[in-house]
Amino acid sequence: MNLSDLVFIVTALITVTAAVGVVGFKNIVHSALSLVLSFLGVAALYFQLQAGFLGLVQILVYAGAVSVLIIFAIMLVMDKDPDESNRSHAKQKYWGGLIALLVTLGLGAAIGSTIWPQSSGSLPEDSVGALATLLLGDYVVAFEVAALLLLVAVVGAIILAKGAGEHD
Amino acid sequence: MIDLTAYLLLGTVLFGIGVYGVLSKRNAVGVLMSVELMLNAVNINFIAVNKFVASSQVIGQLFAIFIIVVAAAEVAVGLALILAIFRQKKSVDLNDFNLLKW
Repeated sequence: MNLSDLVFIVTALITVTAAVGVVGFKNIVHSALSLVLSFLGVAALYFQLQAGFLGLVQILVYAGAVSVLIIFAIMLVMDKDPDESNRSHAKQKYWGGLIALLVTLGLGAAIGSTIWPQSSGSLPEDSVGALATLLLGDYVVAFEVAALLLLVAVVGAIILAKGAGEHD
Repeated sequence: MIDLTAYLLLGTVLFGIGVYGVLSKRNAVGVLMSVELMLNAVNINFIAVNKFVASSQVIGQLFAIFIIVVAAAEVAVGLALILAIFRQKKSVDLNDFNLLKW
């Protein structure tokens, strides 16, 4: 086992443990902080996969913006008792666990039994440049649609959160 | 030796945790956080497959960027919806979200 394998195992353990914490903590503030740790672990995995730009975007967008948004929303809609704020349904806990277990085992078995084609080449040296060439070249329509989607989502979020029909 | 299978299995485990959270949580914000976990699992798969299977281009990373964009839009609109419903119902418990039930 060399160093990069060890780093992968440690990062994967941190990520999965934090993800278990997200669904396991009874207090939703603890869940949100655990979610931040999980996002950072995923960002570290991106760096290991030589996707440095994606890792930085993950830290900026997920660990930064999305987490802050979620924590603000939690503070605005906090229940009276914070220690009971992230409970599971009594019955759905078992059904959900069963379905999640079946999904995981099924997908895992499918992954294990598939023979994946291995590529011999390596990623482009300037992966950010290659990404930009694709984004503003072949995929420019999708790029513009994504920009429009973000604009519409921001306007929609403001209108929903402000409350439509309040003209003061 | 860490290969593609290890990354895909990690993504599967993360996805399963997200599925469990979506199905079992009572708090709407908790469900949204679980959805984010699932989207992260999908992104790991895309980037891992990009590196190990089709590494001459960066198409997988491109798709991951679009998923991040959609996830950001989704979480913004979702949290705004939760805020709007909370103002009416004074609750974020999904059992109370039955406005469209007849």
